[in-house]
Amino acid sequence: MTTVAPDLEIPIEDIKAGKRVTEYHLMWWAFRRDPLAVLSLVILLGFILGAIFAPNLTPYPEQGRGDPNLLEKFSPPNQGHLLGTDYLGRDVLTRILYGGRSSLAIGFLVVIVAVLIGVPLGAISGYYGGWIDNLVMRITDIFLAFPPLLLAIALASALGASFTNTMIAISFTWWPWYTRLVRAQTLSLRERYFIEAARSIGVPSWKIITSHVLPNVMTPVMVQATMDLGGAILVGAAVSFIGLGVQPPLADWGQMVSIGRIYFIERPWYAGSAGLAIFLVTLAFNLLGDAVRDAADPHTRRVVDVGR
Amino acid sequence: MFASSAGMLNRHQKQVHALDGIDLDIYEQETLGIVGESGCGKTTLGRTIIGLIAPTSGQILFDGQDLVNASKDAKKSFNREIQMVFQNPYTSFDPRFTIIKCVSEPLKIHTNLRGAALTKRARELLEQVGMPGEILHRYAHEFSGGQLQRIAIARALALNPKIIVLDEPTSALDVSVQAQIINLLQDLQRQFKLTYLFISHDLSVVQHISNRVTVMYLGKIVEQNTSEAIFEGQAHHPYTQALLSAMPSVVKELRRKQIILEGSVPDAANPPKGCNFHPRCPVAMPICSIAEPVLDNSGAGHPVACFVVNPIEKSTDEMIQ
Repeated sequence: MTTVAPDLEIPIEDIKAGKRVTEYHLMWWAFRRDPLAVLSLVILLGFILGAIFAPNLTPYPEQGRGDPNLLEKFSPPNQGHLLGTDYLGRDVLTRILYGGRSSLAIGFLVVIVAVLIGVPLGAISGYYGGWIDNLVMRITDIFLAFPPLLLAIALASALGASFTNTMIAISFTWWPWYTRLVRAQTLSLRERYFIEAARSIGVPSWKIITSHVLPNVMTPVMVQATMDLGGAILVGAAVSFIGLGVQPPLADWGQMVSIGRIYFIERPWYAGSAGLAIFLVTLAFNLLGDAVRDAADPHTRRVVDVGR
Repeated sequence: MFASSAGMLNRHQKQVHALDGIDLDIYEQETLGIVGESGCGKTTLGRTIIGLIAPTSGQILFDGQDLVNASKDAKKSFNREIQMVFQNPYTSFDPRFTIIKCVSEPLKIHTNLRGAALTKRARELLEQVGMPGEILHRYAHEFSGGQLQRIAIARALALNPKIIVLDEPTSALDVSVQAQIINLLQDLQRQFKLTYLFISHDLSVVQHISNRVTVMYLGKIVEQNTSEAIFEGQAHHPYTQALLSAMPSVVKELRRKQIILEGSVPDAANPPKGCNFHPRCPVAMPICSIAEPVLDNSGAGHPVACFVVNPIEKSTDEMIQ
């Protein structure tokens, strides 16, 4: 009954035992076989856990929160300070762990807000069509007409430089992509007979959107969201780099690169390690996004006809 | 009549008469076959009857009540009476829904059945169409086209409808499976006293299942008669004759001389003047490109829309002169 490509180990016993196999099971099975995916997941979990448990991991939690330690200014990497200290004598590794809090939080919050605004709008726009679609699409066009970084910078400077405002500003530039993605998916779903069948039965429109449209667009949204986490962190770092994002004494990777660049030639460990953190996290999210996309696509996942 | 939009912000609207002057009666417990080539409006007709498309003008009467201008509550009750089975069983089911969710969807909207009673009814429906009740928790992609079409029929039966619109229910299936589905439909019709509107371009299937046949061409009815009459030599409209001549047969005596139609179906947005069929008609007369024939019994004893069949009235004749 079950035909499976030989190169993917699927718990056939479970399937035979009547365990239900959903799309998400298949995605997970394909995902965990991808070494790059697992590596990036490990890197990301490291940064995330490091950020969450920063106070317990570092001997200098007060420096992470911003207290200066002027006696040890610019000490190069050594036993007590694995990545050296910054211009106020604070441990760079501690600052990176604490900086991960704001950078990762910006990444996740931006994507969550963008998904929450963009996905329902896209589904409504694609499902109803007509003037609603026109209105929503023209609004997204307006937002997409601005270069995203420029719009984020303009909004952040208008709202005032702070963590929350950076988050809001970047979310504003991000949601239209989800609206367009979901709208396109919804348009193609609408042509399938099951939506028409639901309509002919008399299922109300809102229920068709919530029970038929949204679950069926979640896979591409998940892929896009994973990829965007890296991008959002990068934009967040850029906004902080020019001083419109997270303000000292709070730590932020973009801000650390910005301050550290002044001393970069003589003391590369400061800006260098913050830049490396941004690089690693962004790269890991991109690789993760690639892996999720491959796992979501039946053609690249190399699983054939499971359970048929 | 439908507005087809073109151009930026729909400034230039063109009117397309996807269906025009359709006058159709369906009697209780009969099977009315609708035939015609692709793009002639068969599916649009089905979708209009079931309420997926609102006609720009005209009436659809069900037991004497108008479906088009009915109140919201009345429409909901009509939803129960008229169901549809779609052409492609593979896209007829939400890939994220289990079979029980698919089959019980109409029950959840229109009845108070929940929980165990709902499961029981879903199981019963599946058994009626010859599917085992154990499949309730599986997904649509686990089934073949024929099995899916059975499940689609189960879903259509869920609310005990009076009419089922069958939109080419067998065209996506293997020939052997087609026969099974047709037989199932006939059994169910007898059992539940169903009325079918059977839309198809497969003439042999239509001949097998229909009591009456309506032939459509470019949004209009060109001929209507009982199935026996049409398929046994009583086809009068030149288009019907051409369609029938394309029907293959294994019996040599039954093979008809093929009438090859030139060209293709004209654009519905820009139909020819006069009779829609005249540019391709092998027996077209001068009048055909000027006046539009109406469905009329006078020439053949059953409704045909053709000047060749029906005697041209004097007044029309004079008009041409």
